[in-house]
Amino acid sequence: MTAQDELEAQFAQWRQHVQRRSELRPADADELEDHLRGSVEELVSIGLSPDEAFLVAVKRMGSLDELSREFAVEHSERLWKQLVLPGESDHTVEKGRSRRDLWVMIGCAAGAAVSIKVPELFGMSMEKHAAFYAPNFTLFTLPWLAGFLAWRHQAGRVVIGIVAALFVLGAVAANIYPLGENSQSIVVSTIHLPIALWLVVGLAYVADDWRSSRRRMDFIRFTGEWFVYLVLIGLGGGVLTAFMFGTFEAIGIKPDTFIGQWLVPCGAMAAVVVAGWLVEAKQSVVENIAPVLGRLFTPLFTAVLLAFLGAVVWTSAGIDVERQALILFDALLVVVLGLLLYSMSARDPLAPPGLFDKLQLALVVSALAIDVLVLMEITGRITEFGTTPNKAAALGENAILLANLAWSAWLLLRFLRRGTPFASLERWQTGYLPVYAVWAWVVVLVFPPVFGYF
Amino acid sequence: MKVAKDLVAASATPMVLGILAEQENYGYAILRRINELSGGELDWTEGLLYPLLHRLERLGFVESNWRSVAGERRRKYYRVTDRGLAELVEQRRQWDTVVDTLKEIWLGDRRPLEVLA
Repeated sequence: MTAQDELEAQFAQWRQHVQRRSELRPADADELEDHLRGSVEELVSIGLSPDEAFLVAVKRMGSLDELSREFAVEHSERLWKQLVLPGESDHTVEKGRSRRDLWVMIGCAAGAAVSIKVPELFGMSMEKHAAFYAPNFTLFTLPWLAGFLAWRHQAGRVVIGIVAALFVLGAVAANIYPLGENSQSIVVSTIHLPIALWLVVGLAYVADDWRSSRRRMDFIRFTGEWFVYLVLIGLGGGVLTAFMFGTFEAIGIKPDTFIGQWLVPCGAMAAVVVAGWLVEAKQSVVENIAPVLGRLFTPLFTAVLLAFLGAVVWTSAGIDVERQALILFDALLVVVLGLLLYSMSARDPLAPPGLFDKLQLALVVSALAIDVLVLMEITGRITEFGTTPNKAAALGENAILLANLAWSAWLLLRFLRRGTPFASLERWQTGYLPVYAVWAWVVVLVFPPVFGYF
Repeated sequence: MKVAKDLVAASATPMVLGILAEQENYGYAILRRINELSGGELDWTEGLLYPLLHRLERLGFVESNWRSVAGERRRKYYRVTDRGLAELVEQRRQWDTVVDTLKEIWLGDRRPLEVLA
């Protein structure tokens, strides 16, 4: 190796250090490198060896920490990690990839927006056929999202085939049964088909790694972030709609038909795909928000649940199990499970048990205690008055969530006593995903005939 | 002797604009020139110069472009704009006032510096 090669290697190494600083862009690194070279050349010309010259020049430039700090004062926006949209990235390979992503996403979002209007060509207006749109609405958008994800994760043909077949199955299940407009089964299907189809999207997401627990955990993370983004897009859409309504009304045009029939449904369908793309695009750029929310609300929910349990014991009042109560407590279990999942998703599996893990155990155990109280009330009711699709579905969900949380509590306890590694809790949760899928499909496919299309 | 940080910071903008008003230039050469003109007393760091250049560019006082002059490697050259020249005139006016005032004060006081210290 000649002295020149050695010097170049040193420059390359220095560049790597510089590029790790988010405050310094590649263009800045170029400029600073040129400066360093100028400095080295001058030192060599007064008789230093290249090696010495490099050391002295780097030393003169001062520490990178200080340099980045100075740059950060001028370029404070760089400390806010920005979502780089195609065309802004400095890296050409990445640029090509993210631009392709963007175009495929736009295609899929447009497809989803158009899809929801297609049934109208066959005389199914949104106003008169609510019973058609309610169970079907996810079928207009989730296949597009699944398509985008399968494309992005380069799913194999087998996976694509299975995903497509499941969407067809979903479409059949939503439309084949002769359900009346006011039947309970329609409501139950409307709630469960999206869950079943979302897990089909999950299959497209994990693609060929569907057995991998890590990939499934990634899908859980994806779901959390997707939901947060969808809510944010929804808020923005609400503001847009409000302005549109107000401004057009001010000039005497009533835009409610356009808003109700086009903007809101098409926008919602497209937003589902856009949110998915956003999560993928910003994955490495922005901190995940779902785990932060999980951490924030775990103590608060624990406090509320413990207070509730305390109140039940103190007043010795039985829980008044109205029709809605079971749904409410199902939702509570879902929230607790969500808090557990998203706190887990950001946890370092190798970290030793800490206070937060104890808090989580308290949360899960108090939720379980409340749920057992509710279940005791409700099973009495069902044996007394017979069952309906609503009750059966709610009860089934409760049982599934109860089983999950009970075992989670056990694993958490073992983990706190250092009996099992944290990873076993993660594996339990990711392994449980198919259970939700199977249950959702059972409700959608089997419940209507079993309950006589009621 | 070391020039106080505040004074370096305050005088940096007119110095850079003044040097660029002579001819367009790149970072390293600007630093060399400052060093030369001050007889080595003003030792600017890169952390001072480059963020300052970027700030002047953002304010529209200078423009930059990457190019290579005959036989040299590619460099980022800075050139002063019309707005930058106007700024330089304004800064010179202010500095002249400050320097003139200081001179008046110090010329009236004939004691040598050692006595004052």
